[in-house]
Amino acid sequence: MELALYSLPFLWQGVLISLAVSVLVTVLSLAAGVALGTAATFVPGPVRWIIRIYCDIIRGIPVLVLIFTVYYGLSLLVGVNFNNFMAASIALTVFAAAKVTETARGALQSIHFGQTEAGKAIGLGFWMRMIHIIFPLALRRFLPPWINIVTDIVKGSALVSLVGIVELMMSMKQVIGRTYEPMPIYIVGAMIYFAINYSLSGLSRRLEARYAYIRE
Amino acid sequence: MTYYINYNFVWQYFDKFYWGLLLGIELAAISILIGALIGLALALVYVDGPRWARRPVTAYVEFFRNQPLILLVYFVFYGVPSVGGFEYDNVTSFIITLSVYSAAYLTEIFRSGLDAVPRGLLDAGKAIGLTPWQRLLHVRLPAMFRVTLPALGNEFVSLFKDTSVASVIAVPELTYAANWMSTNKFRIIEGYSIAAPMYLVTCYVIFGALYLLERRYAVKR
Repeated sequence: MELALYSLPFLWQGVLISLAVSVLVTVLSLAAGVALGTAATFVPGPVRWIIRIYCDIIRGIPVLVLIFTVYYGLSLLVGVNFNNFMAASIALTVFAAAKVTETARGALQSIHFGQTEAGKAIGLGFWMRMIHIIFPLALRRFLPPWINIVTDIVKGSALVSLVGIVELMMSMKQVIGRTYEPMPIYIVGAMIYFAINYSLSGLSRRLEARYAYIRE
Repeated sequence: MTYYINYNFVWQYFDKFYWGLLLGIELAAISILIGALIGLALALVYVDGPRWARRPVTAYVEFFRNQPLILLVYFVFYGVPSVGGFEYDNVTSFIITLSVYSAAYLTEIFRSGLDAVPRGLLDAGKAIGLTPWQRLLHVRLPAMFRVTLPALGNEFVSLFKDTSVASVIAVPELTYAANWMSTNKFRIIEGYSIAAPMYLVTCYVIFGALYLLERRYAVKR
């Protein structure tokens, strides 16, 4: 038990790496997902199909397999050596971006066509309509499910320990390997993950309650 | 660095992949059954039970929904036996983990399903003189099942994908077969490049089967 307490600073390093992976993946997947989701909603034809196929493929593959495939496969196919941090971040981003794309598409499609027509009627171009009308309206639909995706990213970040990144899960394993006392460490780790994810999902619930008045 | 793609070993040991895939489906099926029993009990406690009982149910749901599955897998496989003084094999351990994990999600699904059963149905059940048990068995549960069917289907597919995590405690399922291929036969990418499409195809076969099931049973909205 005392050993577990002494190992807390070491676990904290792991928490920082977990958060670094999560934040990086969240930012990248947000950018990619919103772009793809917007394209899937407003660009007709093959672009839409390709995005659709991308999302549907990612939906059918476990994150863990995705991480291994990218980690081992990418360097072989591209010929550039990625370090494990990059490979794992790319894999998680590919996974999360598909979910963000679906969410963004759903949010954008839920905006009534009349809003677009009104924008056109007052002479706004496509980007002006997006920035001033569609995105602000869609944001309310987008935020609560998006935060749930962020909790999925945090949970997924525990899997990157399997490609040798010393994040929280891996630092827990290393401490246990030295102390042979799994229980206290697992409980501390579970509490840390719970604290991160529960505050996120609490935020999601609050936003949902706040936007619940909006009916169309 | 040159690496030549060579699928010979993959075909030679394809039975590992095949049985791994079947084991994954089995694990998901058993876990969702056990998880559904726990989930149903918890959802009924939440909806029908005394008010104070809601807190522990919510705590259970929130705790497990906010944990990474891999942590729970390690916790049940390494942590629990270390203090409990007993052992179980990795498959049993994973089934326990996945059941308990899925029960949290299923509780939420069933809870909202029970809420969605129309008031009129319950009143009709009362009117023809059904006891509370009969109402539960013949009115509420069938109605709830039909409402929750799509969500249950998605949960099953996501559990099937989650079985990939079982490879970390050496349960010989599909991801483990791919890992085995890369560590024992040094066919690093070939194993994963076969496992991924196998997951993909299986997921869509399950989605297709669920679609047929939903067309038959789900409530039309």
